[in-house]
Amino acid sequence: MKSEKDTFEIIFHARAGQGAKSAAEILAQAAMNEGKHIQAFPYFGPERSGAPTKTYVRISSREIRTHEPIVDPDLSVVLDDTLLESADVAKNITRNENLIINTKKDKEEIVKILDGFEGNLKIIDATDIAMKAVGMPVPNSVILGKIVQVVGIVKLDSLKEEFRKIFEGKIGKEMTEKNILAIERGYDSL
Amino acid sequence: MSNRTNMTNRKKIALTGGMAAAEALRQINPDVAPVYPITPQTPIIEGFAKFEADGKVDTEIITVESEHSAMSAAIGASSAGARTITATSSQGLALMNEVLYIASGSRLPILMLISARALGAPINIHGDHSDVMGARDTGWIQIFSENAQEVYDNTIIGMKLAEKTEVPVMVIMDGFTTSHSVEILETLPDEAVKKFVGKFEPSRSLLDIENPVTFGPVSLPDSYFEFKIEQDKAIKKAEDEYLKIAKDFAEISNRHYDIFEKYQTEDAEHIIVLMGSTAGTAKNVVDKLREQGQKVGLLKIKLFRPFPHKEIAEVLKKTKSVAVMDRSISFGTNPPLYSEIMNSFFMFNVQCLMSSYVYALGGRDIFASDIESVFEDMIKGEKFEGTRYLNSKDN
Repeated sequence: MKSEKDTFEIIFHARAGQGAKSAAEILAQAAMNEGKHIQAFPYFGPERSGAPTKTYVRISSREIRTHEPIVDPDLSVVLDDTLLESADVAKNITRNENLIINTKKDKEEIVKILDGFEGNLKIIDATDIAMKAVGMPVPNSVILGKIVQVVGIVKLDSLKEEFRKIFEGKIGKEMTEKNILAIERGYDSL
Repeated sequence: MSNRTNMTNRKKIALTGGMAAAEALRQINPDVAPVYPITPQTPIIEGFAKFEADGKVDTEIITVESEHSAMSAAIGASSAGARTITATSSQGLALMNEVLYIASGSRLPILMLISARALGAPINIHGDHSDVMGARDTGWIQIFSENAQEVYDNTIIGMKLAEKTEVPVMVIMDGFTTSHSVEILETLPDEAVKKFVGKFEPSRSLLDIENPVTFGPVSLPDSYFEFKIEQDKAIKKAEDEYLKIAKDFAEISNRHYDIFEKYQTEDAEHIIVLMGSTAGTAKNVVDKLREQGQKVGLLKIKLFRPFPHKEIAEVLKKTKSVAVMDRSISFGTNPPLYSEIMNSFFMFNVQCLMSSYVYALGGRDIFASDIESVFEDMIKGEKFEGTRYLNSKDN
């Protein structure tokens, strides 16, 4: 059951260290800057590098009061395809809802693994795009661009602006611009 | 005029509950913060320590070897006249237990942020209220927060409350659910917060050699009793002081706080009483059932110590049934909040159907549907002995 109507709910499935938490927070911040209400929180499992993680995001036109975990998302995002068989990533993604997967596999292979999946499947080799754009196998900025392309929950410009605001001081102008390029490549990907 | 200026300077930002506390602490700029790390208190002191490292506060952070030492150092600093804060969770709070009584018995206005968490054994790092309930009789004021906004506001109110009453204060947020969730809150300008908490002027201090006072005295059977009576009076009086401070706070923030929050209780026939982050979820359920024509409401407890028995009885006296949802167990007796509500009813002669539920121990999920099932039980007029455990494998 959806916890609140008017609220768009996202689950990020990743492994600790892949930047899902940052991606979730950038997306939430960008939505906030557009005047929306947001909530972003991790599933509170044991955090260690490489462990499977879940990160939740809610974006709404109304105040978000619930503190339930998300169980019936509108969008599920998978940053690591080794999670496909264990993490139940397609759960409650029904017709007209989206599942974005970062993978090198082709669509047929994924469809076979997901067996019986009825939602919209979008695959992207975000790690490869990130390697080319940023020089590091960190798929999160590419995935952010892809999310905007697929569900348009925030504007691409808000996302880029927020990324610059958060990261320019931390990773420098050059790396930030490389990541902005990665976001754009994700947005423009097929 | 001045209020208006403050209103326009209010800033909306997205922070975790832990960082919201750190932000308020930055604005308060305490003198001393003895700290020892523990999950899920982590973002509070991590955030605050970064402010200190960046030179944004003048606070002396003392890294110690245990929580017992953190509270002991806080007692020393506060006795010396320093505005003192710390933060902890779970086993850390339990380890402090011995010295919590020293802080309150010495009437030291220490502010402690708590990210509430389960207690072992078995080991569990997740949220519930076991730790803070274990400290409910230590003589500290306890204020619960629903979300990041309340954490921020309670931190500012709590600091002032401690110093006004000379009773130490715990400002409590739900571990992870609030401490680690990013939510939108409105912060006040630094100047407004600084002006609101004011300069700390201790009524007595160890370092004031012109006016020597005995600290940490022995008190024999001829005087100990009166010390304890005075201490009890002081914490009971804190309720009025809290209301005064909350009223002043509303002037600068436009956010109005009472000792509890009444949500659709006015004509309600069935009311759930609970505290902490689940209140937000419960409000959604109340709205949903109200739309279906059910007269239901929520009473969210904010001030747990001192406990406002009389005012609570006043709110609940006209209702048909009350369900109390506790996020901890008091082994061998009724859950803590349920016991307090029963006290309230007996003290002020309230008669209604009462039931007890325990939920979300050790981070177990609590859904709107669980809360809805509690209302359904009430609407059906269900009577049962003992406690029901929501979303547990016991049912």
